Amino acid sequence: MSIIVNHLTYRYNPGTAMESTALDDINLKIEDGEFIGLIGHTGSGKSTLVQQLNGILKPTSGGVYVDGADIGDDGYDLKKLRGEVGLVFQYPEHQLFETDVFKDVCFGPKNLGLTQKETELRAYEALKQVGIADEYFYQSPFDLSGGQKRRVAIAGVLAMKPKVLILDEPTAGLDPKGRDELLDKLTSIRQDTGCTIILVSHSMEDVARYADRIVVMHKGRIAFDDTPMEVFKHRDELKEMGLGVPGITETMYKLKDAGFPVSTDIITVDTAVTEIMKVLGR
Amino acid sequence: MAIIKTDNLTFEYIRRDEEGNVEGITTAVDNVSFEIKRGEFVAILGHNGSGKSTLAKHLNAILFPTEGTVFVDGKDTSEDANLWDVRETVGMVFQNPDNQIIGQVVEEDVGFGPENLGVPTAEIWERMEESLKAVGMYEFRKKSPNRLSGGQKQRVSIAGVLAMHPQCIVLDEPTAMLDPIGRKEVIRAVRALNDVEKITAILITHYMDEIVHADKVIVMDKGKIAMAGTPREIFSQVDKLKSLSLDVPQVTMCAHKLREAGLNIPEGILTNDEFVKALQQCQ
Repeated sequence: MSIIVNHLTYRYNPGTAMESTALDDINLKIEDGEFIGLIGHTGSGKSTLVQQLNGILKPTSGGVYVDGADIGDDGYDLKKLRGEVGLVFQYPEHQLFETDVFKDVCFGPKNLGLTQKETELRAYEALKQVGIADEYFYQSPFDLSGGQKRRVAIAGVLAMKPKVLILDEPTAGLDPKGRDELLDKLTSIRQDTGCTIILVSHSMEDVARYADRIVVMHKGRIAFDDTPMEVFKHRDELKEMGLGVPGITETMYKLKDAGFPVSTDIITVDTAVTEIMKVLGR
Repeated sequence: MAIIKTDNLTFEYIRRDEEGNVEGITTAVDNVSFEIKRGEFVAILGHNGSGKSTLAKHLNAILFPTEGTVFVDGKDTSEDANLWDVRETVGMVFQNPDNQIIGQVVEEDVGFGPENLGVPTAEIWERMEESLKAVGMYEFRKKSPNRLSGGQKQRVSIAGVLAMHPQCIVLDEPTAMLDPIGRKEVIRAVRALNDVEKITAILITHYMDEIVHADKVIVMDKGKIAMAGTPREIFSQVDKLKSLSLDVPQVTMCAHKLREAGLNIPEGILTNDEFVKALQQCQ
């Protein structure tokens, strides 16, 4: 499912004294099966942008085209769109509400109008995808750990079989292992289902490791849109935007400053190790 | 005398089903003893559910031990008579700034704490000013908190605690919801309070790079203290940290892997500067 964002501008409170431009002439083409990291400091427009992609907010001008159709047209089936473009909000576990885990995950597919059997099959599959064991299915979601709750909430969106899965800071508050597990799960879900993943993140390390394309938002505009390797070459600009480069990239810059002839096009620890060994002639 | 001392602290809670029958007992904190000296900067690490937040809530008498004792400035927190002293001594900052700010204007929010302590009005204004200056938010004093960024809001929350003149401040994942700039602002503010004002700081976090400057690190697992030591001692044990669901900063990991690959480089590298120096000696 291709998504094209065409000259999209969005203003909050247009025509009032409180008017502010959250998105300013955004152009973006998202292809099938991409893993996109969306970064930008607080207030840069990331969350406003993802809310445009499934029609929660309507553009002030310009538009969003999904498979060639303008989602802002009268009569466009937004309900269907929201099943296809799944949005996992920040702290999604706050939205759990059912009496047991299984019922909670069934809520989404049931609302899509699926039969009971299909709904339950999907819920089962989604819970398996996020790695929740059968023994938890009939427990209250509120008795689970933070990481488990987070995964149940994500399963609730996965059960709608979205073609595009958007996650707004899904790892906030998780411990390092929980964070790695969740991001690994997303990678395997994408491999198995071919869905597109858009990961909104504050962690340069995470997007460097997992995404194959990074979109950087700054003051409502797209500042960079390229592979992680290319984006993180803009170290100084990224710092000015309140972002930065992965810790290991910064380390490589420090080595270079100290006279080591190392490349600074390094965004993961493993490539850094290889590069340093090479430069030291080992 | 230690500002905080726990003596075989154990905290259990009883899980009940819908009818109120006892289903089981969970031991969230299990026989923990430690001391924190005045002016120290202590970081507490641990995976989700390891008991670190439950432990933190004992330090200003939000929770009370099932067994064992917590002493704050020498006073037993379980004794009713000590309750207000304990809470005045130890201030607490939580993860979500939106849940901690109540005022319509920044300065009003910061004044709320001292007002509740019965501080005279003129002094409330003085405390508000010094607290906001200490966290670098004085110029925002007339603003509405809901127009601030996450990092700014969190610094206002810290100022609100500071205005109560605590001797110790406990921060429970204060940066979990913030972007990189916000995280830096908050950590810088906490370090300044510790360095300049000599306020004891206890920081709970999942970000390994925030604790390299701590005096002491405590790692919790299953309610017990799994590791304790200086950041260098802790970060020298990469494999053990991994087994506790934790991590090390990328530079520490890189040094660790180079060492495994046969390079003569010490364990427990914490900063880029140390790393550069260590590599220079390898040349």
